[in-house]
Amino acid sequence: MYVFFVLPAALLLFFLYLLPLARILMISATDGQGFVANYGAVLTSAPIHRMVWTTVEICAITTVATLLISYLIAYVLLQVSERTRMWMMLCILVPLWVSVLVRAFAWIAVLNNSGPVNSLLQYTGLTDEPVQLVRNQFGVMLGMVHYMLPFGILPLYAAMKGIDPKLISAARALGARPFTAFRRVFLPLSLPGLYSAFVIVFIFSLGFYVTPAILGGGRIVMIAEYIALLISQGYDWGIAAALATMLLSVVLAVVFIAGRFADWDSVLGGSRR
Amino acid sequence: MTLPKSVPGNILRGLAWAGVLFLIAPLLVVIPVSFTPERYLSFPSEALSLRHYETLLFDRRWSGGILTSLLIASITTVLSVVIGTLCAVGMWRIGGRRMQLLRLMILAPLIVPSIVHALAFYKSWIDLGWLDTVWGVIVAHTTICVPLVMITVSAALSGFDHRLEYAARSLGARPLTVLRRIILPNILPGVVSGGIFAFITSWDEIIVILFITARKVRTLPQTIWSSIMERVDPAVAAISTVMVAATLAAVIIKLTLAKRAAPQP
Repeated sequence: MYVFFVLPAALLLFFLYLLPLARILMISATDGQGFVANYGAVLTSAPIHRMVWTTVEICAITTVATLLISYLIAYVLLQVSERTRMWMMLCILVPLWVSVLVRAFAWIAVLNNSGPVNSLLQYTGLTDEPVQLVRNQFGVMLGMVHYMLPFGILPLYAAMKGIDPKLISAARALGARPFTAFRRVFLPLSLPGLYSAFVIVFIFSLGFYVTPAILGGGRIVMIAEYIALLISQGYDWGIAAALATMLLSVVLAVVFIAGRFADWDSVLGGSRR
Repeated sequence: MTLPKSVPGNILRGLAWAGVLFLIAPLLVVIPVSFTPERYLSFPSEALSLRHYETLLFDRRWSGGILTSLLIASITTVLSVVIGTLCAVGMWRIGGRRMQLLRLMILAPLIVPSIVHALAFYKSWIDLGWLDTVWGVIVAHTTICVPLVMITVSAALSGFDHRLEYAARSLGARPLTVLRRIILPNILPGVVSGGIFAFITSWDEIIVILFITARKVRTLPQTIWSSIMERVDPAVAAISTVMVAATLAAVIIKLTLAKRAAPQP
């Protein structure tokens, strides 16, 4: 009887999600001049190489920066008073729930040539000409770190909350200095949370479309936008599907390898509250 | 364990505050921009103007987009809450290894990059004749939203006592009755938060929309997208202000309720 409860979801996801997805994988092997030609083009084409390097570079820098800042904020969040935590949480949760389009637009409003940052720079006499802050790699990375931070902070905070504070007190009582107690006791215990934050932030950054497309202004093109451009301009399904397949493979590999070390219970438990 | 009130402790706190303000500040900048009397992005210098809010109400691109998005998000929410809740309860009852594979399949849309499933929907929707239809968008959004409901409902079920269900069943209740009278009232918070997730996800979704709609179906994110891409229109600042204000109100309500519900230590 309970099988009928599961059936609608199973059928929907199988026929209208997995099958369409499998067709894309098929297309990457059959469309155009076939498997070898499609993947060969991906491996040898100079523009695709440049795009892949841009993607890897932006994704790596974004992930590292997001995780460092998230760790710091989550750590401080654990220690501040109830009242301060409420205020900080407000500042973290509002961006999390605001549309990605609104957030990318907000950065355009802040960073454009007549925006507040440029006005301030000119007012203080640091520059005479407006500085180009968006439609370049800097703008893309700033927007991406801004988008990813709540996804880094919340899993880390959830995991850190599960660490018994008595362990740190014990280390201190046994003579460890504050930094040693942090490095030898707290940091290792927080690693599972760091892994889950890493998986979430990395896979989101790698396939990110909206923010790079808006803040990159067509000059910085990451893999997701590149695939979309192939479809909308050239109708080159074979190569687009091959790129999509490779993107999907990398994401799945990261999820299954790094995901093994991650602390999913506290992440999902954290979202329950 | 508290940060010492020392120089390094203060530096850490200061840095964390800087990070948190970095998160919220850009969202607040859109508010003054939305009141500019000009046709381009600028801060109002003298007079404030509501003209961009009027655009939202009276320009068909905006008002139509808002209505279409509300329609799509509402139907998507109902469908994915029903399908996702049933599935979570079914999997919870059946259990075992066989369900692991199914769980993996149903959670796939959370892991697969949006651009990849946008391509997949596009290709298959062409053949099904669902391109540029409200129905096509609802189906695509429902497949993406079912896993969100599954996660929140499964989390709620993990805190629910199996024996209550056994007791009801042994007293002769049929599964649907058990679901309605015993399980649902207990997991309602999970169902509601799943529904909220689903609504927001569908309401904000843009990547799949860019592929599977053209002229007939125009959602709000699509209008925002083309306004940003073609010429940066201050009407985007107006809709952004509305959305930031709504989110702010919702988060404040949620945090206040959570504070009240939390057991005082």
